[in-house]
Amino acid sequence: MSRKISYSKALLEAQDYLLKTYKEVYVMGLGVPDPKGIFGTTLGLQEKYGSERVFDIPLSENAMTGVALGSAISGMRPILTHQRVDFALVAMEQMVNQAAKWHFMFGGKMKAPMVIRMIIGRGWGQGPQHSQVLHNWFAHIPGLKVVMPVSPRDAKGMLISAVNDENPVIFLEHRWLYDLEDYVEESSFSVELDTCNLLRKGKDITLIGVSYSVVDCLEADKTLREIGINSDVIDLKSIRPLDMKTIISSVKKTGNVIIVDSGHVFSGISAEISASIYEELHGVLKKPPKRIGLPDYPTPTSTSLSDGYYPVKGDIIRATFEILDIKDKIFENENLNRRLDQPNKFFEGPF
Amino acid sequence: MMLKQLYLDMLRIRMIEQSIAERYNEQEMRCPVHLSIGQEAPAVGVCAALTKTDRAFSGHRSHAHYLAKGGNLASMLAEIYGKETGCSKGRGGSMHLCDLDAGFVGATPIVGSTVPIAVGAALSIKLKKEEAISVIFLGDGAMETGVVQESLNFASIRKIPVLFVCENNLYSVYSPLSVRQPINRSLCDIAAAHGIKTFLTKENDVEDIYTKSKKARQLILNKQQPVFIEIPTYRWLEHCGPNFDNDIGYRTQEEYIEKREADLLEKYIETLEIKELNKITSKIEDEIKIAFKFAKSSSFPNSKSAGDFVYA
Ligand SMILES: Cc1ncc(C[n+]2csc(CCOP(=O)(O)OP(=O)(O)O)c2C)c(N)n1
Ligand SMILES: [Mg+2]
Repeated sequence: MSRKISYSKALLEAQDYLLKTYKEVYVMGLGVPDPKGIFGTTLGLQEKYGSERVFDIPLSENAMTGVALGSAISGMRPILTHQRVDFALVAMEQMVNQAAKWHFMFGGKMKAPMVIRMIIGRGWGQGPQHSQVLHNWFAHIPGLKVVMPVSPRDAKGMLISAVNDENPVIFLEHRWLYDLEDYVEESSFSVELDTCNLLRKGKDITLIGVSYSVVDCLEADKTLREIGINSDVIDLKSIRPLDMKTIISSVKKTGNVIIVDSGHVFSGISAEISASIYEELHGVLKKPPKRIGLPDYPTPTSTSLSDGYYPVKGDIIRATFEILDIKDKIFENENLNRRLDQPNKFFEGPF
Repeated sequence: MMLKQLYLDMLRIRMIEQSIAERYNEQEMRCPVHLSIGQEAPAVGVCAALTKTDRAFSGHRSHAHYLAKGGNLASMLAEIYGKETGCSKGRGGSMHLCDLDAGFVGATPIVGSTVPIAVGAALSIKLKKEEAISVIFLGDGAMETGVVQESLNFASIRKIPVLFVCENNLYSVYSPLSVRQPINRSLCDIAAAHGIKTFLTKENDVEDIYTKSKKARQLILNKQQPVFIEIPTYRWLEHCGPNFDNDIGYRTQEEYIEKREADLLEKYIETLEIKELNKITSKIEDEIKIAFKFAKSSSFPNSKSAGDFVYA
């Protein structure tokens, strides 16, 4: 049975199922059992499964990541949650030097099946140290899997797959997705960690979105369809491994591509994708790929600066016009009735 | 230092924080605010023992530290309003305060992360043989980070002139100490185990905090060694934001009431003549009004300057 639930409810259901089904699974992180329960994604789990398996941790991200790893190589399946990727940067060493390489550096003798959930993304005045989107760092590291589900269904299915995977999985959740609702099966199911989703089909251009940018791509696609431009819209739900097959076959068809990242453009996944497309489809591409994402400076706090910081649907539409050489149409940004660091016009802080 | 002045400084900070809380719903201060109401005594007591050239650092809950160190009120409010006239030119907001003229070097909200930076500032004081100390305000939660342990160790072995001020308000967000730290080990024990001299003050008692801070500063300067002070205190409002949150269930209303009833500032205020109190509060109110006017009427940073300051 499928019913409409939110992204956060989907994550909660996945963890509920995992805790119920596998005795090796445990869930920990700052604030996991608190009244807010990580945007509702861990609410009630401690009451149901006990504080041995669902627990708060000291403010010790680095050590606790090592603890997760140590337990993973010893047969457990930890889900470690960080309320922001920015906080988890103090645990980069454990993730990059240790977890990512444990299997490799001991000649495959041990496995590190662990999931690290981290929240990314923008918000009202979060500023330089509370809103980064850093999948591109993790994507650089062999040994890590890096996923960024966008739909509630993928959130549930991919978390189940991530916990069942034999490798460390970096699971990145954009904070603006938690309230997004869609149909999700009530039963448990898994969704692959190594494919992307072709969400819309069209022959004119390929729009590739990363995490929340997929929402922007879909909106742009809707407007473009109204004027007869049809796009392939790809939700890049896995960053590593990267499903280049789906991307290549789409771009082969359309000959044009725009990649929209929710992180910085410079040295990011959009560069990797562009280069790979060029390597395979040189001669097929009608125009050079375009890349859209965050500009090359940290997130400013002031709204006067953050309004220009985030790409909007209009940027995608205008880039499409440019690529398709459409000169007789202009698209002015719509009045959103909100600032760009507000998920919706009802949001009133404080964080 | 007269005790009265300490209390008036606390009153000023409380009124400023309350004025932020009152106006927060106007939706013009568009950044998270971690207010210091209830925790004015540590800020005021410690900073009264410092000189202007002493350097101070803090974390996410830094308004009181900034103000007590002499940070400019108008630039703090302008920063919270995201204005170009803000102390960080609107780039940082409430969690990124600084006022170099006042010796408040910086506050950033990654818990524990400013602790080694304060130690580094103290190292430079030592190397340059300045007559000053560096002070770092941290919370009970920060004591759980590795970087704080590493900083304590380094400060101890190299005899760094730094004062660690640990405000123990019993919580890290909604997590009580009991789920984070062993009950039979105090915060002072941690510093002491690193060979650092420690002081434990009376709860939220500005006079005691001031006296011990003064003594600590002398020790740091005379003996060239770090000192650690633990100050039991209590935050009144929610972890982040302008409201009370005792109803959501992570702490009890009884605990909150007990702490509030023990509040020495409120007791002190009761001892003042009404006329005098009115004079004092209306002076502070005027100051606040002018500062808010400045903050609200200042202009926003020009969007063309968004990429400034990435590199020096
Ligand atoms: C490294 C890191 N982890 C988590 C957070 C989220 N966070 C912000 S404030 C806070 C609580 C800190 O508690 P404490 O140090 O006791 O300070 P208090 O808020 O009580 O003043 C937490 C967990 C953070 N900012 N940085
Ligand atoms: Mg605390």
